[in-house]
Amino acid sequence: MSALVFANDAPTAAERFRDASGVALIALLLGIPMIGLTTADQGGSLQVLTRWPLLAAFIAASFCGRLAVRYLLDALKQRRQTHDRQTCAAAAKEARHSGRMLEWVGWLAFGLALVLPIVFSDNRYVVDTATTVLIYVMLGWGLNVVVGLAGLLDLGHVAFYAVGAYAYALLSTQFGWGFWAALPVAGLIAGVFGLALGWPSLRLRGDYLAIVTLGFGEIIRVVLINWTDFSGGPNGISSIPRPTFFGLPFVPSSDNPTFATYFELEFSPMHRIIFLYYVILALSLLTNVLVKRLRKLPIGRAWEAVREDEIACKALGMNVTNAKLSAFALGAMLGGVAGVFFAARQGFISPESFTFNESAIILAIVVLGGMGSQLGVVLASVVLVLLPELGRDFAEYRMLLFGAAMILIMVWRPGGILSHREPTLRLSPGGGRRE
Amino acid sequence: MSNEIAAPLLSVERLTMRFGGLAAIDDLSLDVPPGKITGVIGPNGAGKTTFFNCLTGFYKPTVGSVRLNHPERGVLRLEELPSHQVAHTAQVVRTFQNIRLFPKMTVLENLIVAQHNVLQKASQFSLAGILGLPSYRRAEAQAVDKAVDWLTRLGLIDKADTAAGDLPYGTQRRIEIARALCVDPLLLCLDEPAAGLNPRESGELNELLLRLVADEGLTILLIEHDMSVVMNVSDHICVLNYGRKIAEGTPRQMQNDPNVIKAYLGEEDADELLYGERVGVKA
Repeated sequence: MSALVFANDAPTAAERFRDASGVALIALLLGIPMIGLTTADQGGSLQVLTRWPLLAAFIAASFCGRLAVRYLLDALKQRRQTHDRQTCAAAAKEARHSGRMLEWVGWLAFGLALVLPIVFSDNRYVVDTATTVLIYVMLGWGLNVVVGLAGLLDLGHVAFYAVGAYAYALLSTQFGWGFWAALPVAGLIAGVFGLALGWPSLRLRGDYLAIVTLGFGEIIRVVLINWTDFSGGPNGISSIPRPTFFGLPFVPSSDNPTFATYFELEFSPMHRIIFLYYVILALSLLTNVLVKRLRKLPIGRAWEAVREDEIACKALGMNVTNAKLSAFALGAMLGGVAGVFFAARQGFISPESFTFNESAIILAIVVLGGMGSQLGVVLASVVLVLLPELGRDFAEYRMLLFGAAMILIMVWRPGGILSHREPTLRLSPGGGRRE
Repeated sequence: MSNEIAAPLLSVERLTMRFGGLAAIDDLSLDVPPGKITGVIGPNGAGKTTFFNCLTGFYKPTVGSVRLNHPERGVLRLEELPSHQVAHTAQVVRTFQNIRLFPKMTVLENLIVAQHNVLQKASQFSLAGILGLPSYRRAEAQAVDKAVDWLTRLGLIDKADTAAGDLPYGTQRRIEIARALCVDPLLLCLDEPAAGLNPRESGELNELLLRLVADEGLTILLIEHDMSVVMNVSDHICVLNYGRKIAEGTPRQMQNDPNVIKAYLGEEDADELLYGERVGVKA
């Protein structure tokens, strides 16, 4: 087949000559009125003068230029096709290797994430930014279950993030719950919200579901703004207790033992920052392990099957509603847990933090990362959080830069940064099973 | 399979499906005997696929009933079951005219998804699965064994780890049948399984269908346009036209039935002849 495609590739000298002559002819036709003839003011009257040598030079330039451009374009095309051919041949081999390679990249990223706060232990900005990246990684992994695996377009993921954050804020400020106790409970509350939204709306498909979830995200925000008695309205909730190290608070001095006194360290505000970093790192790793594991279970395969073909799933006896609901509830729960962490880290939350913009960024992380790819979410989070940070010098052009970068990624990798899909199980050549 | 005349596995009674004013299926009654291949044929738009959609819960028929004589669960009214229950409880499984595989998943995964209900039960709300308990591992190994068994029998085993969407059309058709077989069907409804197959492939399909009936005791309901398939494998054929049953009988009877010939080849009725003469063309 490639022989057919490549047969007409390299034009002969005669073809090139003809092509360039055609261009020269057009140049001649255009050139006569524009270059060949000119007017000049001579003694008060307008005279028509000719400039044949200039015209001849123009035509010669067009002719040579066309030959050169044509040659360059052909050479480029040839090179790309050879490259494609090689890629094709290597693709099968590559697919086998890329899975293993991605695993290595994943471990490398994990190693980097582990040592980052140790290397930058005196740089608050770096650790803070890394914490933000990890919050988005966790949100991305949560949404990845819904969008990437189950294929349900959710434009209101921030609603569950908000539910988690407010659940913790209220539980801690009103009822004195600690961070660790509130974490699973707030996650469950968000999960219940996911079920409550999913139950009526998951029979909708594609765009319709997207609009319902978009509306839900806005409803949560508007309720939080207007229900002042409950949520503090636009003022939000402040002085949310920070997480403690198994009961040891991160404070300069206290009657009770603090983290610094207990471990006989000098108090440093960095302790808490680094501790928070490791908390979100642990939470997101837990999310990762959970989602990776679920993907290889019947429920995970059901999510992917629903994404691929819902009708076929029904014909095979699968309860599609249950599969979708479980994906939605799990995504909501993970979003809620991220919300708890966010509230505990900031110490102050208001509806401002949960606008549609956040939903869009989380969705962009999933889509740019490559739908369903766990490592892709990490890379996309790094890019999407760091780009606006790096772009601070560009002031108001920052978002423009951000948009341009997103478009570039889309052009460069339409399937997302990592679009490789690893099968959930394989058959080894011997016929036995291998994970 | 037995010599005596068995009670029908599926009996369709006075089934009517209307879309607005159009009756896609009009008062159709049909018995499907167990352990046989029943062919459903008819010109394009005769209502064959609509009939399947009514059987498998994708459409709710306007009037009529579809009863399945389940050997363990008694008589089931298919038209009252949601589509996933038709496959899960009644074990009536269908394939689609336009292949519906899970294209990005591997062939093996496609066949494992077909065993979702068994595995989901074994994974106990995914808890046993997450913990990797032996009971779940066993169930998964069994599911893989069953998938491997069907893949081997249908000559697909070397494609097991390939993404289903990357395979040629004829292979995809076979995968869809293999996937349906993994659901353990009592009644397998095949919607044009030979569409797009070359003569050699449809010959293989014939063999496969006959083997399934002989070895597995499966009952097959077959919609097909390819006469080389329908006429060779069907024990019994039902011909539809404009949603009505116009004839029913053995393949040989159908080949000689004037109504069937009329439906397929058109008829030279008086009006048409007159019209043809008036405008001076031969009708």
